[in-house]
Amino acid sequence: MRVYLDHAATTPVDPRVLAEMKPFFSQKFGNASSLHSFGREAKEALELARERVAKLIAASPDEIIFTSGGTEADNLAVLGGFDAARGNKVVCSAIEHPAVLEPCNELGRRGAERTLLPVNSEGIVELSAARKLVSGASLVSVMHANNEVGSIQPVVELARVARDAGALFHCDAVQSAGKIPADIKKLGVDLLTLSSHKIYGPKGVGALFVRRGAKIKPIVFGGGHERALRSGTENIAGIVGFGKACELALRELPRESKRLAALRDRLLKKLLEMEGAFLNGSKGARRLPNNINVSFEAIEGEGILLGLDDFGIAVSTGSACSSKKLQPSHVLLAMGRRPEQAHGSVRFTLGRGTTAKQVDFAAARAVDVVERLRAMSPFKPGQDLSAVDFGGHEEEVL
Amino acid sequence: MDFYSEKVMQHMRKPKNVGEIKNADGVGKVGNIQCGDIMFVYIKVKNDRIADIKFKTMGCGAAIATSSMVTELAKGKTLDDALKISKGDVASSLGGLPAIKFHCSNLAADALHAAIQDYLTKKGAASSATKKHPKTKR
Repeated sequence: MRVYLDHAATTPVDPRVLAEMKPFFSQKFGNASSLHSFGREAKEALELARERVAKLIAASPDEIIFTSGGTEADNLAVLGGFDAARGNKVVCSAIEHPAVLEPCNELGRRGAERTLLPVNSEGIVELSAARKLVSGASLVSVMHANNEVGSIQPVVELARVARDAGALFHCDAVQSAGKIPADIKKLGVDLLTLSSHKIYGPKGVGALFVRRGAKIKPIVFGGGHERALRSGTENIAGIVGFGKACELALRELPRESKRLAALRDRLLKKLLEMEGAFLNGSKGARRLPNNINVSFEAIEGEGILLGLDDFGIAVSTGSACSSKKLQPSHVLLAMGRRPEQAHGSVRFTLGRGTTAKQVDFAAARAVDVVERLRAMSPFKPGQDLSAVDFGGHEEEVL
Repeated sequence: MDFYSEKVMQHMRKPKNVGEIKNADGVGKVGNIQCGDIMFVYIKVKNDRIADIKFKTMGCGAAIATSSMVTELAKGKTLDDALKISKGDVASSLGGLPAIKFHCSNLAADALHAAIQDYLTKKGAASSATKKHPKTKR
């Protein structure tokens, strides 16, 4: 049995999405900007997809800009939004995805003031701190739900705080859209990022919602596509797939979110039965219905990941050893977790194809893997490891 | 190419010499909690050879595999030969490691050497204690 529990990383393309996309490779292959019939049929498909994406977030189609993915949409929002706004201060939460953090850092390198909003131990932005820190901001960016711990942010309140401060408000909804309602009117955001491959659409497509009246500058220049906000011949097949994925997500959201929450809680209950296992982030309603992030004391995440991988189970980890930069999860650290808790963290994210049988299998194998690694560890669960330092460990600087 | 070689995966799945030695002749402890890899190596020494060796590791796949490999390489060797076991030996015996994981092989070699140093220090302290004779006060 292969059990995929890493849906926050990516999702399989739904067969219905693939079917919708197929004609647009070799049959309806026209360039949507061409005036002839080939172009017109591509354009029609483009605009239908745009309507479907807009519907997912209760926006108007003319408020949707297609991009090459969530990262590009985040870059457009941060760099393009900041460029159009007045002032020289950018604010984002300490737990943003690198696709938001890095453009903010870049603005900092270019001379802007860059401020991070702290989060509490559940990974939720503290409103009282935000109210003070947002003053004077040109742009504020806070994600709807965090990709690592699933914590759902108080976006409505934060958007209001940003509005009162005269700042543009951007919300990365890459992980939340399709899992929890993301109605831009209710949220009150100016900009919002969506990603196709997180909701059973193809990789390489995303969108930025730009509220009518909100101003941003482009970061990609060329033939003037997408109201000159994102030039480049449109990836029609991908966009068509994205549109279909949004349509399916919207339709299935109420049922699917309940089903996922039940499976999530079933898996979580079993995992927390283990000694030295702790949940990272909030329980229940302030958490994405498909997300579990658990720290296992005295052992390390990559070891757990590979152990589960040997059983055909796919998960992810916040350990330093598993990252390219050998840094533990910045999200867990921002939540006040100690390094060893970040190192021992494992994220399980469920999805459309997840069943109770898979969940039970994963729980049972997780117990086996954790036991095996605990037997190898010099430490026991419950031991305070905060001061552990035996030295003799020189990093090879890469 | 796979991230980890087949040899590394073998040592990860079925590591050799996991455990502790009660009343070990030498114990080496390396690593720090910031980076997340910590290794303990225990040795039993007879006639200047490593008669028995065990390890306990908290760390990633490479950390486990390198700990396992270093104990395999050191078992039965003279202390002098064991001190010569380098991080390069550990990595090459495993069929190579991804560059980002080289530091794990350093750690494994360091842990072994620390255990041997611990033994030598204890032995040196013990022998100087028996050799000590009272000095006449001037």
